[in-house]
Amino acid sequence: MTTPIVSLTDAGKSYNKLDALQSVTMTLGEGEVLGLFGHNGAGKTTMMKLILGVISPSRGQVAVMGMAPDSKEAWHCRTKVGYLPENVSFYEQLTGLEVLTYFAKLKGFNKKQAIDLLEQVGITHAMKRQVKTYSKGMRQRLGLAQAFIGEPKLLLLDEPTVGLDPIATGDFYRTVDQLKSQGSSVILCSHVLPGVEQHIDRAMILSSGQLLAMGSLAELRQQAALPVEIKAHGLNGAIASHDHLSNFISPVCSQTLNVPEAEKISVLKTLLGFDNIEDIHVESANLEQVYQHYLALHAQKQQAQGQS
Amino acid sequence: MKQILTVANKEFHDGLRNRWLVSITLIFALLSVGLTYFGAAASGEMGITSLSTTIASLASLAVFLIPLIALLLSYDSFVGEQESGTLLLLLTYPLSKTQLLLGKFIGQGSIIALATLIGFGASAVLLYFQLEDNAIVNAFSLFILSAVLLGLSFTAISYLISLSVSEKSKAAGFALITWFLFALAFDLALLALLVGVEDGISQTGLTQLMMLNPADIFRLVNLAGLDSSDVNGALAVAINASLSQGQLITALTAWVAIPLTLAIFIFRRKKL
Repeated sequence: MTTPIVSLTDAGKSYNKLDALQSVTMTLGEGEVLGLFGHNGAGKTTMMKLILGVISPSRGQVAVMGMAPDSKEAWHCRTKVGYLPENVSFYEQLTGLEVLTYFAKLKGFNKKQAIDLLEQVGITHAMKRQVKTYSKGMRQRLGLAQAFIGEPKLLLLDEPTVGLDPIATGDFYRTVDQLKSQGSSVILCSHVLPGVEQHIDRAMILSSGQLLAMGSLAELRQQAALPVEIKAHGLNGAIASHDHLSNFISPVCSQTLNVPEAEKISVLKTLLGFDNIEDIHVESANLEQVYQHYLALHAQKQQAQGQS
Repeated sequence: MKQILTVANKEFHDGLRNRWLVSITLIFALLSVGLTYFGAAASGEMGITSLSTTIASLASLAVFLIPLIALLLSYDSFVGEQESGTLLLLLTYPLSKTQLLLGKFIGQGSIIALATLIGFGASAVLLYFQLEDNAIVNAFSLFILSAVLLGLSFTAISYLISLSVSEKSKAAGFALITWFLFALAFDLALLALLVGVEDGISQTGLTQLMMLNPADIFRLVNLAGLDSSDVNGALAVAINASLSQGQLITALTAWVAIPLTLAIFIFRRKKL
């Protein structure tokens, strides 16, 4: 087995008595895309800072490319790490090209690479303009170009699609897929966003510094045991009068059935047996529902703890 | 080293772009040429006055202006970048905190140094062509050297401020207070001590107290060599027990090195 790009072993960070991040154990392999989800203050940024080596863990170990990221030996690895902070406003009085050239030089690259990157994110037309004239989306693209400097082996992106229009978001995810196929590992830190599911291999859900769940979307869905939503059209009252099917009718809508994953096929077969069926719509729980489920579960647990 | 130069280059160009270099140079040049020509206007004369009067007036002016300009130029160096998020980003780069700080210091220091050199150098050249006296070169070299050190010292002090506060507006407030304390309040307090407390302080004691203020060291460097008729106040007393020029310049250099080292120390311990 190859060494993972990132590995956290019981790593945590406390500020005074506040646990910003409780003990987290995880690994990220080469070419893997991890989605890191959680509310504000869930510990996402703290975890990113730990991996970046900007802060040192209060306990446990962090290793990036086999080295502690806050150590001197890991210095040269930093060229291979790209980071997009959540709220960054670049030097307003400089032009886009000047900003990117500055950052490129600090990583040992030159102006030519900076121009190529600006082309990649599609703001070549504005590179001679001052950053203060940029729109939110253009600033975000500039930030992404900055993170892509030097074809990093590891990318940490904090809210990368904020402010991007749908086309730019599509472009962004294409770039992520491309980097992934080149063997780069990516950590995407985000509120749960529609469209992110197809591009991540695994998801990690954090809440108030605690790791709630981690795994591929299919695994998480299975663990959560969320029902599949099946909508059948053209049956009118037939479902309600059917012995077996009537158990699954959703409390919200009489046309919708909430079926456990295990029963999905048998229910579908039954439905197809009806002659007058017109259309069937099947939808598995999406990432947002999985996320909500784990958060609700966590809240219940905390409440139970509070009562006992 | 390459990293330091990259940062220094960026800071220097920021100074050029913001017209800092041009405006500081102009202010210095106008004031110094003006003082050189019209310094004696109060006594009813016009034209170039004596060298010692010129240096005395320039020094008493520079002692207020240079610290103010240095503080204004650099008070937001770190807190500004912290607010915009670029500080955190820079620290994820292969760039150490010391490199970043030294880079900024070299870049912004060059702006101050260059402005001082050109601005005050202009009147030195002017005086030299009029009087053709080699004493001018000596006096002005010393004046410009000490003025640059004074500027660098306050640049380092403003880094201390910028690294210790969390908001830009607070940094501005502290910078103003610092300027007031060093440029005005310190001397008033010394004078009060001299006049108010009889036999309270010896001449040596006074000189030693003055080492606690880089602005006063600057004054001592430039006024000690002049006719005492151009100098008055607490300084005149101190000058009589003066230290050598070399010692004074060393003390002023220490006022650059110590705050700078302290700033590096604070930056390293700073949580982000």
